[in-house]
Amino acid sequence: MADSRASLSQRLRPYRVLLASRARAQMQYRASFVTDILGTVGVGLAEFAEVWVIFHNVQFLGGLDFTAALLVFALSNLSFSLADMFVGHLDQLPVYIRAGQVDAFYVRPLPLLTQLMTSELSMRRIGRLSVAVVALVVALSTGAVAWSPAKVLLIVLTVVSGSAIFAALFTAAGGLQFFLVDGSEFTNAFTYGGQYAAQQSQQVFPGPLRIFWTFVVPTAFVAYVPAVAILDLPGDRLAPQWLAWCTPLAALLAWGIAGLCWRLGTRHYQGAGG
Amino acid sequence: MTTFWVLVRAGFRRHSTYRLALLAGMTTNSVFGFIRASILLAALSSANASIGGYDKPTTIAFVWWGQALLGTVNLWGFAEVKDRVRSGDIAVDFLRPINPQFAYLAGDLGRAGINLLGRGIPALLLGALLFEIAWPPSTTSWVVGAVSVVLAVVVAFSGNFVINLLAFWLVEIRGITLLWMITGGLLCGLYLPVPWFPDWLRTIAQWSPFPSMLQNPIDILAGRVVGADIASAVAVQVFWAVLLLLLGQVVLRAGRRRLEVQGG
Repeated sequence: MADSRASLSQRLRPYRVLLASRARAQMQYRASFVTDILGTVGVGLAEFAEVWVIFHNVQFLGGLDFTAALLVFALSNLSFSLADMFVGHLDQLPVYIRAGQVDAFYVRPLPLLTQLMTSELSMRRIGRLSVAVVALVVALSTGAVAWSPAKVLLIVLTVVSGSAIFAALFTAAGGLQFFLVDGSEFTNAFTYGGQYAAQQSQQVFPGPLRIFWTFVVPTAFVAYVPAVAILDLPGDRLAPQWLAWCTPLAALLAWGIAGLCWRLGTRHYQGAGG
Repeated sequence: MTTFWVLVRAGFRRHSTYRLALLAGMTTNSVFGFIRASILLAALSSANASIGGYDKPTTIAFVWWGQALLGTVNLWGFAEVKDRVRSGDIAVDFLRPINPQFAYLAGDLGRAGINLLGRGIPALLLGALLFEIAWPPSTTSWVVGAVSVVLAVVVAFSGNFVINLLAFWLVEIRGITLLWMITGGLLCGLYLPVPWFPDWLRTIAQWSPFPSMLQNPIDILAGRVVGADIASAVAVQVFWAVLLLLLGQVVLRAGRRRLEVQGG
């Protein structure tokens, strides 16, 4: 038992070293690092401003009041910025593919996907992450939450599964990039579009769109569905309270599809030649 | 002037090479259009009235014209000029018999043209097919709206051009670019109509060049702004276009004096 644990930690060691070096590298240019963090704080605040301006005009949106909408905003932004920090740079894959840099990853003795994931750790996303954390604290403390151990567990489960869902979307997008190359923007529709949809009350969407964001690209599970359970809201047919506990299942489903896309993509890849 | 047109056509052709990228952009713009339309319609239903002069059909027009113009107007900026300043290639631009600002403006107008035709109009038509949209209420709105779109492209270009030129003095302009993008994205009326803003934020927006890049043409094309107000909406755009183009010339001249290029 002790043996297998040692070997696991040994096997993970290269990744730890890689990630630590990426993080250190980014903090070398202090001024540029601070600017980048302020930049992502700005992005987070601009996203928040959108929610805030709408509630300046209306009291309820899609059955949610401002506090509930803030919770949905916070949960989705928290999960998204975590996923973005660790795997968001898979977005850069078309650039690597065109420059022939993917071949360089292939000759190294680690799996391609984990190498790409650890090829960067976008520390600057901490800015947006902190906006989400503040929003979450404010939403949970001002909202009427009947606290219980189950609720705490649900929140932790939501953030973990939510990040996994977004990470799966980035990975699926990465796999498709091997086919798309010039059309790389296609996948923005469900990565960044998914994030935009996730931070809304799902009740704003017409039926087909709601089914899409729940069962096809399951971003409804990132924030809205759990928020219904956390705040004990009535919910509706497509978002009953018990559904919140299915969030890990949605993450599994998303990863199943992501794995498939990634396999197809890497099998299709023939190398840059030359 | 013929040189200018040749460069516009070259920009158009250069960006029309990537057909798949245009289709991809149109798809993504449409998905965001669906989401934004859903949110704004829900807000209107919740308010049970029009908000800031926008009823349902004009709100739909706001959303889909916004998505259509998003790729046309260069809201997120460009890095080409900055990169050339940094590498020293800008010196080559100074040697050419056309002012660099006009040359890049021509290229950007061409880029805007192909993006409007290949990416914007299809997204708009899709939106019009699936939602009840308010079309421009008169011929004047169509014609002046088109002029307003061109002005929006010019304002966005000339603002970004000035930002790019700051690379003459600063090693890294990423922070400034980011700040420009974030404030611009919020204040130009891409996410929400500027008239929905609370008073103080609307005042800030109205004193900035950003609404001239998107909100003004959308207001004219959606028919929220009609009659004499159309003239003032366009006048504001002309003001910013002229001001930012002149500023660009001044900064370009100052940068040219500062530029030192090594090697022979």
